[in-house]
Amino acid sequence: MSLFDDPRWGEALSHLPDYLGNHVRVSLAALTLGLVVSLPLAILTRNRPAPRAVLLALASIVQTVPGLALLALFYPLLLFVASVTLAWFGVSFSAFGFLPAMLALALYSMLPVLRNGITGLNGIDPALIEAAKGVGMTARQSLVMVELPLALPVIMAGIRTAAVWVIGTATLSTPIGQTSLGNYIFAGLQTQNWVFVLFGCVASALLALAVDQLLGLIESGLRQRGRLSTALGATGIAALVVATLVPTMGRSSAGYVVGAKTFAEQYVLSALLRDRLQAAGLQATARSGLGSSVIFGALKAGDIDLYVDYSGTLWANQLHRTDIKPRAELVTELKTALAKDNITLLGELGFENAYALVMPKKRADALGIHTIADLAAHSSTMSIAGDYEFFSRPEWAALQKAYGLQFSAQRQMQPDFMYAAVASGEVDVIAGYTSDGLIAKYNLVALDDPKQAIPPYDAILLLAPKRAGDERLKAALSPLLGKIDITTMREANLRASGNDANSSPDAVAKWLWGKVGGR
Amino acid sequence: MPSKPAISYRNVTKSFGPLRAVDDVSLDIAEGEFLAVVGGSGSGKTTLLRLANRLIEADGGTITIEGGNVQDIEPVALRRRIGYVFQSGGLFPHLSVADNIGITPKLLGAPAAEIAGRVDELIALMQLDRAAHRDRLPEALSGGQRQRVGVARALAAKPRIMLMDEPFGALDPLTRDALGEDFRQLHSKLGLTTVMITHDVTEAILLADRIAVMRGGRLLAQGTPAELSASNDAYVLELLRTPRRQIERLNALLPQGGAA
Repeated sequence: MSLFDDPRWGEALSHLPDYLGNHVRVSLAALTLGLVVSLPLAILTRNRPAPRAVLLALASIVQTVPGLALLALFYPLLLFVASVTLAWFGVSFSAFGFLPAMLALALYSMLPVLRNGITGLNGIDPALIEAAKGVGMTARQSLVMVELPLALPVIMAGIRTAAVWVIGTATLSTPIGQTSLGNYIFAGLQTQNWVFVLFGCVASALLALAVDQLLGLIESGLRQRGRLSTALGATGIAALVVATLVPTMGRSSAGYVVGAKTFAEQYVLSALLRDRLQAAGLQATARSGLGSSVIFGALKAGDIDLYVDYSGTLWANQLHRTDIKPRAELVTELKTALAKDNITLLGELGFENAYALVMPKKRADALGIHTIADLAAHSSTMSIAGDYEFFSRPEWAALQKAYGLQFSAQRQMQPDFMYAAVASGEVDVIAGYTSDGLIAKYNLVALDDPKQAIPPYDAILLLAPKRAGDERLKAALSPLLGKIDITTMREANLRASGNDANSSPDAVAKWLWGKVGGR
Repeated sequence: MPSKPAISYRNVTKSFGPLRAVDDVSLDIAEGEFLAVVGGSGSGKTTLLRLANRLIEADGGTITIEGGNVQDIEPVALRRRIGYVFQSGGLFPHLSVADNIGITPKLLGAPAAEIAGRVDELIALMQLDRAAHRDRLPEALSGGQRQRVGVARALAAKPRIMLMDEPFGALDPLTRDALGEDFRQLHSKLGLTTVMITHDVTEAILLADRIAVMRGGRLLAQGTPAELSASNDAYVLELLRTPRRQIERLNALLPQGGAA
């Protein structure tokens, strides 16, 4: 099958109105806010060197924070603010999705507007400001009638830079729950769907390019005082905004939102849950690619309605427990604890996706390594790789403590690349996932954990507080409970890791449903 | 002179740091008079002019305009009342010729139709080409045309007093001569009181009723050209003799009855 008649292009295209519309919406809001804040600041500080220096320094510092980190920081910040406003004024707001993304991006857009605003206003011939005074203008009239119009081309150049930055950085707002063209890229990377990655990159690049050119047209129109190119550019921008926003405007946001974290299994499961709800006549959408620290908070706040998490993850990260209990016991205790927050633990799906230390079977046999305890003797000469969060998770600390593991090197990797890396000898051991189909594919082995340092990780279905009494929802989901065993999930994950038309989360979800009970 | 002075400086001083830009100057400009202020660079003549419409605030002394102390007049209102022509025109590059000319009436809240009529009147008065210039940006005009627009803009709100800061200094000699002559006629026709700064003594002698000579912030002398010729100050005499000396040299160089 050639790259061009791959049906995933069609699938990608079907998401475009939603992703593009949301991308433009959050970028536009961020730019507007950035402009509304930074332009007055530029005006106020144009003749005041000390505050101006402080302001520009602050904006520069913001710019040095990586976009992904800045976006991620706004989520906990807003959660905190929301809890304060709830406690003090009894009102709260959603710290998820649009708001944190918009605020972070607005902050990101401020530097070029501030810098160009100040440069533009200070670059005006002093004789003209004198002339403005001389003909009888007040300070305000001079600003509005002379200084701002003369600085406008330079300010416009700043807006143009800011727009390109914001559109580019908005692709990183997916993990905090803001739908954007980044959804293609995040989903594509996690499920090895290069068609999606390519589509997302090209779409956001084209959008940035188009906006840059149109704003450039306005800028050169202002510079040369040519009304035509200014009007053409402005019309182009307006047409672009309308064309991208209108298709998503009528769409109701009502219905159930199924959350998913940033790895292939979660994409498949969220597609499966969404399909089940739709089959039961309920409106549902999947919101995938959410950071694992964001997703639980989003459920608690009701920004998403349901998702699949893993018992051990919540045990360690939400309940902060370090003791280990047997599978069933841990789930029961977790259920009671979550109920205090009004979160419903509906039940287990049937399989476990635990962290496990994984290495090539051949090498393990040759060295006589069967358990993590055996590995400990060799660890000082070995390197280990894990996903982005593993080494900061309590499970890793527990493992190191229980077995005295001391690896020569630690590396963080994209989960889907780890298995190939360990199979090729790039690293010696990886912290893999027991439900991953790639373990069998690459002829790897998951080492036993005789000291039970790693808790059990049953896949569990969680419902948001506001869905606690939703019997229709529960009825739609109950056919899945206990139905997905580890072999089935491994095969589903293996399919999802392929790079062909049958490997999209939607296709695998359909296959999975066929396997566990669907017709 | 029977009437009270249109502008009056009394013991006016202004310093910029250690520099005394205007040092104890007292000077009256009568209503309808055309006064030229001459002096070298840094003599304080531009500062003296700007003190009158409070583009610069005096440190000491009193300035009155048509009998009123300028300190009692709100600066913005004061400036709208007085025409001011800037050295290089000071036209706003983003506004059309018409919008430049009409700016002060617009600031005063005149209705659009009235402004348009006034603009056309001034374009004709300043001998500009309505069809070719009215809606163009200043950059499309020659230096002389731009300065005509600058004068039109200063006249737009019908001021009785005009302050001009080397208005024709940057122009070529022919344009400069024509514009100077035209403005002198306008001054008489409109009954203006004009204070014009120039570093060109010939221009001062040809256009002005009286000349004030500034040097190092002090008012060295004032009077008609004839009065100044009788001054006992060496610098003033030197200044007044310059045009004649130049004519003598020119006569020696150019064939008699020729172009000169």
